[in-house]
Amino acid sequence: MSKKFHISATVNGDAVEFLCDSRETLLDVLRDRLGLTGSKEGCGTGDCGACSVSVDGRLVCSCLMLGAEAEGKTIETVEGMATDETLHPLQKRFIEYAALQCGICTPGILVAAKNLLEKNPDPTEEEVRYWLAGNLCRCTGYDKIIRAVMDTAAELREAS
Amino acid sequence: MQFHSPSTFDEAAKLAAEAEGITRFLAGGTDVLVQLRADAVTPDTLIDVKHIPGTHDITRRADGGWDLGVAVTGAEMSEHPELGQDWPGLVEGMDLIGSTQVQGRATLVGNLCNGSPAADSVPGMVTAGVTVSVTGPEGTRQIAVEDIPAGPGRTTLTKGEVISGLHIPARGDNAGDAYLRFIPRTEMDIAVVGCAVSLRRDGDVITEARVCLGAVAPTVVLVDDAAKALIGSTLDDAALEALTAAAEAACNPIDDKRGTIAFRTEVAGVLARRAAKIAYDRAGGAK
Repeated sequence: MSKKFHISATVNGDAVEFLCDSRETLLDVLRDRLGLTGSKEGCGTGDCGACSVSVDGRLVCSCLMLGAEAEGKTIETVEGMATDETLHPLQKRFIEYAALQCGICTPGILVAAKNLLEKNPDPTEEEVRYWLAGNLCRCTGYDKIIRAVMDTAAELREAS
Repeated sequence: MQFHSPSTFDEAAKLAAEAEGITRFLAGGTDVLVQLRADAVTPDTLIDVKHIPGTHDITRRADGGWDLGVAVTGAEMSEHPELGQDWPGLVEGMDLIGSTQVQGRATLVGNLCNGSPAADSVPGMVTAGVTVSVTGPEGTRQIAVEDIPAGPGRTTLTKGEVISGLHIPARGDNAGDAYLRFIPRTEMDIAVVGCAVSLRRDGDVITEARVCLGAVAPTVVLVDDAAKALIGSTLDDAALEALTAAAEAACNPIDDKRGTIAFRTEVAGVLARRAAKIAYDRAGGAK
């Protein structure tokens, strides 16, 4: 039995502590130790983006980061997007535009899109498509997702 | 699996020297963790170098060159306001790797040490003349990037050695670089052929050049004959023809479903010509 690591981090604004072993990924920790099952494991090899989270403001695949690397990090997942009962504008648009079908990819795409709009409030469609190229969706054909992100960006620009 | 987060490279090297079995260093983890999870490589010891001071820094030296920490990510390189102006080909090669998510973690040194002959960032590092600091039991020494790869998945680094810094020369005036690769799709694939060119001009005449091919041999190849074909020329048709011949002659590629030997060899010549033209225009002041 290898030694457990005692990690302190901030997840969606809350201070959290957890124990993990050296092989556990951040995704394993989020889902199995912290009960945050919004982030999904699609491929486990960084190809599909379903496990996307933000770590210190940087979009990463949580399957390609170890839990033991999370010490002191600020992590944001899909569970942190809505405020109480109020959905994030991206979440509202995704529902309105039916930008999802099976929904497995959706948490990762929402986190990735939010991360983009925080860095670039006025992206071109090409920029959105490139940014989300690491988030695979086998249902929608992407068009509704791209339109939802573009229109949310416009809405957020008007509101600010 | 033992997991360590040392705070100095000397400590990291000592941990590696004393470790038994398989040791891997962890920076971005975009190869190490994939191999771990695929049960392809299960390290007995994993050493995270990201807590070592300076590993996240991009610093311009007094001589105009750059020092990059070993954990600097592709995203940080692309976002840097000046690095890409000096070395657009080097930055573009790194930027071609993977998705936004992978760019948030992946590093030049990781791409180098993974040892893939198709590594997109390595030809650009070779043509730029990048060197790395290697810290080991005997102290720290400087090694040229082209001397690190030993074959697919292998490097010349020995037990207890770790790359502790990356050094890019000063760009100087009237110079430019470029990297191009061929892949069967448009994004996020492994190079079938890659080619980097870096050169300097005096007026219209090329005075210095380096040409490096990727994915056409067991390691990336610095092609001296291709550089000779460019130096002294104005990138005229005769020079481009000689460049093509030299690039093709340097190929010793694999033959697989992603590209036959004949295809990879021909594409190497094509990419060398195109990359040389871009580098030449950049050296002439084009953005």
